[in-house]
Amino acid sequence: MKAILSGNEAVAQGAWEAGCHVAAAYPGTPGTEILENLGRFPEVYCEWSPNEKVALEVASGASIAGARALSAMKHVGLNVAADPFFTMSYIGVNGGLVIVSADDPGLSSSQNEQDNRWYAIHAKVPMLEPSDSRECLDFTRAAFDISERFDTPVLLRLTTRICHGKSVVETGERVETAVREYRRNLAKNAMLPAFAKQKHYMVEKRLDDLREYGESSPLNSAEMVDGAEIGVIASGVGYQYAREALGDGASFLKIGFSWPLPRRLIREFASKVKILWVVEENDPFLETEIRAMGIPCFGKDVLPVVDELTPAIVARAVLGKKLAQALEAELPPPNRPPLLCPGCPHRGLFFPLGKKKDVIVTGDIGCYGLGSMPPLNVGETTICMGAGFSAAIGFQKAGEKAGRNQKVFGILGDSTFFHSGITGLIDAVVNKSRGVFVIMDNRITAMTGQQENPGSGRTLSGEDTVALDIPKICEACGVRRENIHVVDPYDLKASGEAVDRAWAAEELSVIVTTRPCALLKDVQKEREGLKCSVDEERCVLCGACLNLGCPAITKRGRIVIDQAACNGCGLCVQVCPKKAIGREGEAR
Amino acid sequence: MNAKTRNVLLVGVGGQGTILAGRVLAEGLLSFGYDVKMSEIHGMAQRGGSVSTHVRYGTKVYSPVICRGEADVVAAFEKMEALRRLPYLSPGGRLIVNNHEIFPMPVILGEAEYPREIEKTLSAVAPGTFVVEATKTAEDLGNTKVMNMVLLGAVVKSLGLDGMDWSGTFRACVPPRTVEVNERAFAAGMNLLPG
Ligand code: SF4
Ligand code: SF4
Repeated sequence: MKAILSGNEAVAQGAWEAGCHVAAAYPGTPGTEILENLGRFPEVYCEWSPNEKVALEVASGASIAGARALSAMKHVGLNVAADPFFTMSYIGVNGGLVIVSADDPGLSSSQNEQDNRWYAIHAKVPMLEPSDSRECLDFTRAAFDISERFDTPVLLRLTTRICHGKSVVETGERVETAVREYRRNLAKNAMLPAFAKQKHYMVEKRLDDLREYGESSPLNSAEMVDGAEIGVIASGVGYQYAREALGDGASFLKIGFSWPLPRRLIREFASKVKILWVVEENDPFLETEIRAMGIPCFGKDVLPVVDELTPAIVARAVLGKKLAQALEAELPPPNRPPLLCPGCPHRGLFFPLGKKKDVIVTGDIGCYGLGSMPPLNVGETTICMGAGFSAAIGFQKAGEKAGRNQKVFGILGDSTFFHSGITGLIDAVVNKSRGVFVIMDNRITAMTGQQENPGSGRTLSGEDTVALDIPKICEACGVRRENIHVVDPYDLKASGEAVDRAWAAEELSVIVTTRPCALLKDVQKEREGLKCSVDEERCVLCGACLNLGCPAITKRGRIVIDQAACNGCGLCVQVCPKKAIGREGEAR
Repeated sequence: MNAKTRNVLLVGVGGQGTILAGRVLAEGLLSFGYDVKMSEIHGMAQRGGSVSTHVRYGTKVYSPVICRGEADVVAAFEKMEALRRLPYLSPGGRLIVNNHEIFPMPVILGEAEYPREIEKTLSAVAPGTFVVEATKTAEDLGNTKVMNMVLLGAVVKSLGLDGMDWSGTFRACVPPRTVEVNERAFAAGMNLLPG
């Protein structure tokens, strides 16, 4: 059947069609929707794991046991899962194992722009790079076959435009695969040094076999145009941009099976064209290899390494075409940065924290990163998942050495706490750090679009399950009970007092907030009738309420609260010095 | 069928429903036999930031993104966003602007001013500018959320696709109980544009 699917949906469809049995992931933009969509098929066991390392290990175990398994993550997630990834290359598979890396050229929602194709070289595994949704489906199916045929995990590398781009696909039926037989085999599955050394020989030999396979794989294809002088070697969405920009004015070698590279195919193609271009986003991955083969080509000496490509960028580089004359109005619009939502519970802790002197806040990945934007301006660092805690430890130690009278607050969310914050907490307790750790528990993985986590009491498939108790975990990790402050962030006074107490404490303290994400359906229903409005008679236009940074409050001559956006959290009521804001209605 | 690839850019603020409008458009185009590609950016942009959805269709589409100066139609769900994405409009293209303001944080905080006379500025550089009351039209229909379908109706009219049968597309794309109001919004949107 013909359908328009996003790349993520198409990978899910392809995995289902390939008879995948087990899939595990931690949510991460741009790859989150792969598991969300795969989870709709009852034939596949799907789970949100606490982090990417666990997810890949779950998939690895399933694969060794004989099931077809998939693990999906964003590019930085593969850093977290790199440990099992490299060793699974040695172990190989029993049931097919596909690892999806969703890279983010252009950084639409990431902390760096790393090109994960290098991981294929580094871990010595084959890599496929689809260039649109149709190929996402087909290549995922092919990846399982290649995995089993060559006894190797396969890296399926996507990028943001592939993940979130939508195009027409042809869907098919599921091919049921039996879970393969499992036999104990230490030499294959237990990577003790002696076994691993043997395996390394196997891995090198496998690379040779894969290279040979790639030479004739239909995943690589050439389109020769008679009389065209320019030849383009491209992969991923770079192919689509080049094809659009150059049309029938160039010959193309589209590389879908991009590691190990089909060298003969490349040499042959290069020999048939006068001018060779390599078009790829971010790093010169193909180009480095092609140049190393002694083939001269153009590429990153002209094309940018930073950010996404577009057809226009390719046309400018290859054809020297000027960019199209764009309409300009001399009226620059102000920026529109992303914001904490109206009624966001995080605002209630950021606000008093931002007012406090002698405080340093180390942040983390997630919505609370938005707390560092004006007007709240809370937060100094964003490194990676979990570093909100661990970096706080180092920050505090450095501050002590320098004799600074500052308290370091490390901030992260519930999902991040389970992902890798918990280990930072353990470190802080055992090594007697004196910082303050804040867990903004909004009961969901919010930034990526509301995925369940170990605290939410639901599994990916919506089943009820145990909801881990964060304050109790902190206590079990060794934080003293009197140093754990559980607060309602909609209560500014309580939040402020918790911040004060934690600031003054001699030992490590923890603050846990307890309000769920304002975007949760249940929350929206419950608070539907709660609205705040301004009494114009009393309002003196001091602007105190605007400093909360709630997008529902604007000043248009007078202070206006958007009744459709407001969720009645009541924070503005609490900051108004003239008691000009009132709340009506009741939570259901 | 026109062999030339046509480009539609939907721009607005996260939460306004540009993605759903793009999806309805793409599904409709598929059912009329076109090749379609669509591209959007999620993530941070969901939280009140500026967003854009690219839709391209024709006999065979390669790139999922539209380059500057090449959009046949740009529909701005928020007025100021029209200004931001104006460079994408092709000379002679149609710019449909929802006459509705959402203040960004720098404006709320008084650090920047919401640009005045946006309509005048746009019309001066882009003669194909049409300012419509999409939000108000949706309000009149009793559901502000269907503003996106009002604009989509105007987009479809601009593309000359208003003679096609869109009913199946709505049934496939929106929840059953909202099909009717979405269709009415869509029809109202077509009527906002002159012939
Ligand atoms: S109560 Fe005030 S702060 Fe809370 S969402 Fe409404 S307007 Fe914003
Ligand atoms: S804080 Fe109160 S008095 Fe001050 S501007 Fe806001 S509503 Fe008016």
